[in-house]
Order: sequence, then structure tokens, then C-alpha cells
Amino acid sequence: MRKLKRTLSNAAFGVSVLLLVSPAALVFLWMLSLSLKNELDNTAFPPIFIPDPPTLDNYREVFARNDFLLFAWNSVVVSFSATGLALAIGVPAGYGIAKMRAMRAAALILIARITPGLSYLIPLFLLFQWLELTGTLVPIVITHLVITVPIVVWVMISFFEGLPAELEEAALVDGATIWQAFRYVAMPLARPGITVATILAFIFSWNNFVFAMVLAGRETRTLPVAVNNMLTFEQISWGPLSAAALLVTAPVLILTLLAQKQIVAGLTAGGVKGA
Amino acid sequence: MASDIALSQAAAAETKRRRNYARHYAWFVVPAAVVVIAVIIFPWVFTLYVSAFNWHLGGEREWVGFGNYVKLFTDSRFGWAVARTLFYTGLAVVLPMIFGLAAALAFHRKFPLRGLARTVFILPMMATPVAVALVWTMMFHPQLGVLNWLLSQVGLPPSLWVYSAETVIPTLVLVEVWHWTPLVMLLILGGLASLPTDPYEAAKIDGANAWQAFRHITMPLLAPFVVVALIIRTIDALKAFDTIYVITQGGPGQASETINIFLYLQAFAFYNVGYASAVVVVFFAIIMLLAALLLWTRQRVKAT
Repeated sequence: MRKLKRTLSNAAFGVSVLLLVSPAALVFLWMLSLSLKNELDNTAFPPIFIPDPPTLDNYREVFARNDFLLFAWNSVVVSFSATGLALAIGVPAGYGIAKMRAMRAAALILIARITPGLSYLIPLFLLFQWLELTGTLVPIVITHLVITVPIVVWVMISFFEGLPAELEEAALVDGATIWQAFRYVAMPLARPGITVATILAFIFSWNNFVFAMVLAGRETRTLPVAVNNMLTFEQISWGPLSAAALLVTAPVLILTLLAQKQIVAGLTAGGVKGA
Repeated sequence: MASDIALSQAAAAETKRRRNYARHYAWFVVPAAVVVIAVIIFPWVFTLYVSAFNWHLGGEREWVGFGNYVKLFTDSRFGWAVARTLFYTGLAVVLPMIFGLAAALAFHRKFPLRGLARTVFILPMMATPVAVALVWTMMFHPQLGVLNWLLSQVGLPPSLWVYSAETVIPTLVLVEVWHWTPLVMLLILGGLASLPTDPYEAAKIDGANAWQAFRHITMPLLAPFVVVALIIRTIDALKAFDTIYVITQGGPGQASETINIFLYLQAFAFYNVGYASAVVVVFFAIIMLLAALLLWTRQRVKAT
């Protein structure tokens, strides 16, 4: 009797886990299914779930039109630059703030995270117009710093605060400068933190839509903007649209699968998320 | 005695050394401070300045003082946007909190394939919002969408989803719930992992059942983490933009025009940057007010 009860409760638990996970899985699988079917099968009702036979025509169409590769390159340039710059300035800043226990600076970073991303756009848009930078990738990279710098600084503060101070102090006693103590002692120890910060900054920069949406010209669109334009202006059919959407989000999904431990650690530490 | 003095001198030297170091550490922050001032502080200040003008992009620019704010408080379109945002936020906070808490409790237990299940569960929050919004748009299609087919399978009438003013906001909330429940789950799961085990052992010895242990040990200890998740979720729900914009652009009509969409349209569709800046200031005030309110709740939760 007790055994039966246990089996039943385990089964109920299994079903509830399945119910929790399936919406996530099904939406992505449906996206994949749409991208592998021809137009006729995609608009069939009742829907056809398994592509039979699967076709790569939709992917071919995406690459053939819309300057997809150019926009992909733009996305790569923007995300890598915004992440790289944020690491270069954010890692030392996180160290300095942790060492000085500058809580006010930390609070400022937090408020930056609270502010809607759109609210930075009006003044920066006017500024870039005045500087005649619109139509290049520079404004997009700069605005992405609004997202990446707070993420990097926030993750690094909590990491450096968790490091034992003894090793650096030993280095200082031995005559190292504080820059050397940072560069050769603290930074190698904080490498896991840097990894977390890099992954999160990259993902939220890659995913960002609104900054490039306002600032990009014809040639400087990033992938999310390009895909949105396919939906609103170009009216292309479901197959290529799904293929494009999947291509845009695939790098991020793969990164999540590979680095889920770091991502979970980073997000639970600070609840950081892009603006 | 002498050693005492020597000790205290050494201590004084030590604090002085540290203070000197503290000054040097300031250099580490300088580059980031420059960037933060340029891309974060400058926009805040400049927004306040712009909000005092009747400023039309590429057109007139005229000082109106608080005129934009007066206009804003009498603008019924903005009033509706605020009401819609609060409605949307209410739903988009409560539902993810419930599902996120349930999911966290589930993932806290050990079961086969737990790691894989958790990874799949957090995929939505990492996915590109525009891509996600596209797929949902296709699923919402009234005639060909897969969701109406699902409804028909369980014997429910088809819905117009985002194509009707009555259902558009709950439908957008559905996407938001799907998208952001994982973050709530992660924040609460982090809390669960940090709970001490001794109270549970003591309760077991005293003969408490699972529900009693949950009610009297887990819930009070977990409360601070739940409140943090609540604060983060509220702020994020207020700021929701990408999925709403891609799926409906505020439509049909103005039925899903939240503050953020209103702000976007004013600034970059109508080019009223002065008026839009006033919206930013008021929006920021609303967010800070709600965040402060929730923070205050957190203090009270801590106190009890």
C-alpha cells in the first residue's frame, strides 16, 4: 500500500515536471518544425507537426535574400565590441568598487539596471545626430554599453568580494603594486566570474532589439531588427521567417546549453538582466 | 605597556596604509565612471532638460517649463497607457511568481534528468525576444495558428488572441509568463539551495509532516528570496517592450499600448522628443515608487 502510494506520488511529480518543461520545449520545437516545412504544410489545418520530408529551402531563402549575412556580421561586431569594451572597463571597476566597499557606486549600477532601456535613447539619439554618427555601428555599440557595463560590473563586484584578501595582501607585502596584485593575483582567481560576466553580457547584447531598432540605418541593422522588419514590412511567409528567427536565437540557445552552470550562477547572484 | 603603544602605532599605520590603497583603487573605477557618466548619467540629466521643451525632432524647439508634465497628466491616452501597464504588470507578476515558485520547489528535489529539464526550462529567458515574439505571432494566427487548433482539441472555442482588444493584454501576458517565469524560478531556487538543513531534521524528530515543514520552516526562510524575485519581476514587467512591440505595436487600435509603447511612439514615430522625455521622467518615477514600496515590504518581511 505504501509502495503504491509512493509510486503514485512519483508519477504525479513526473507529470508536473513535464507540464512545467513542455511549454518551453514545445515552442522551440514548433519553431524548428515551421522552419523545415514548405509553405503548404505550414499553413495546413489541422497543423502538420513532423516535417515530412524536411526541407532546407527556407534556410536557403533566408541566406539568399535580405542581406542576412551582412546583418549577422553587424550583430557579431556589435556584441563582441560591446562585451569586450565592457570587460576592459568593468572588470577593474568591479575590483575597485569591491576593494573600496563603494556601496553608492554599486547602487548607481543597480538603478541603471532598473531604468527602461528606451529612456536612454532620446538623449543619445540627439547626441549621435549632432555628432553625425548615425548610420554607422558606433552608436549601436555605445548604447549597448548601457546593458553590458552594468552586467559586468555587478557580476564582478560580487565575485571579487567573495575572494580571500590574504593572497593579494601577501603580494603587496612582497612589493607588488596594486595593479600587479590585481593583474596577477586577483584576476586569475576571478576567472570563473569573468566567464559568467562575458556570457551574460554577450547574450543580452546579442538579444537587444530596441537600441539598434532606433539607431540603425539600412546597412547597420542587427539581426533582431532585420528579423522584425521581415515580419512587419516584407510580409514573407512562415517558413523563412521561422528559419530566420531560429538562426538569430540559435547562438544564444547553444551558449545556454553549453554554459548553463555559469549562467545560472550569474543570474542567481544578482538577478542581472539587460535593460 | 610599550608593546601596547607599538601595537596601536602599527594598527594606525595599517589603517593609514589601507586608506592610501583605497585612494589608489579609485583609479580602477575611472574608465567605467567615464562611460557610466557618458551613457547613463548624461542621458538622465539631458532627459530632464529636454522635457522642459516643446521639442519636435527636426522642427521647432520652445521652452515650456512644466508644460509637458501638465499636458501629460491631462492626456487621456497616457492615462489609459498607465492603467494598461498596471493591469499587464499585475498579471505578469502574479502568474510567474506562482509558476516560478512551483518550478523552484520541483527543481529543488532530486530526480532523473534534472539538469537537462532545468536547462530546457530556462531556455525561454535566454532566447532572443524578437525571435520568440515571431513564433508566438504565428501561433496566435486566428485561422492557421496552432493554439486555436489546441483549443479545438480540448473542446474550447477559438480565440482571437492578439487580434481582439479584449484578449490582447492577457495574451501578451501569456508570452511574458512563458518568457520570464524561469528567472523567478532561478532566484527562488538559489534561495532554496541556501536554506539550512538542521531545522528540517529537528522538525522530523518532532513529528512534523511535509506540509508543516514547508509551512513553518521553508516559507518563512524563503520569504526574503521571494520578495527579491517579486521586486525584479515587477520592474521587468513594467519595462516590458520587445515582445509587445513586435507582436502588436500597441494594437489593435491602442488596446495594448503600455507606457513604454506610448513612450516609443511619441519619441520615434511622432518625434515629440520633449513630450516623450516627460514620459520618461514620470515612468522612471513610477518604477522607483513601486520598487521602493516593494523594498519597504522586504524590510518588513525581514523584521518579522
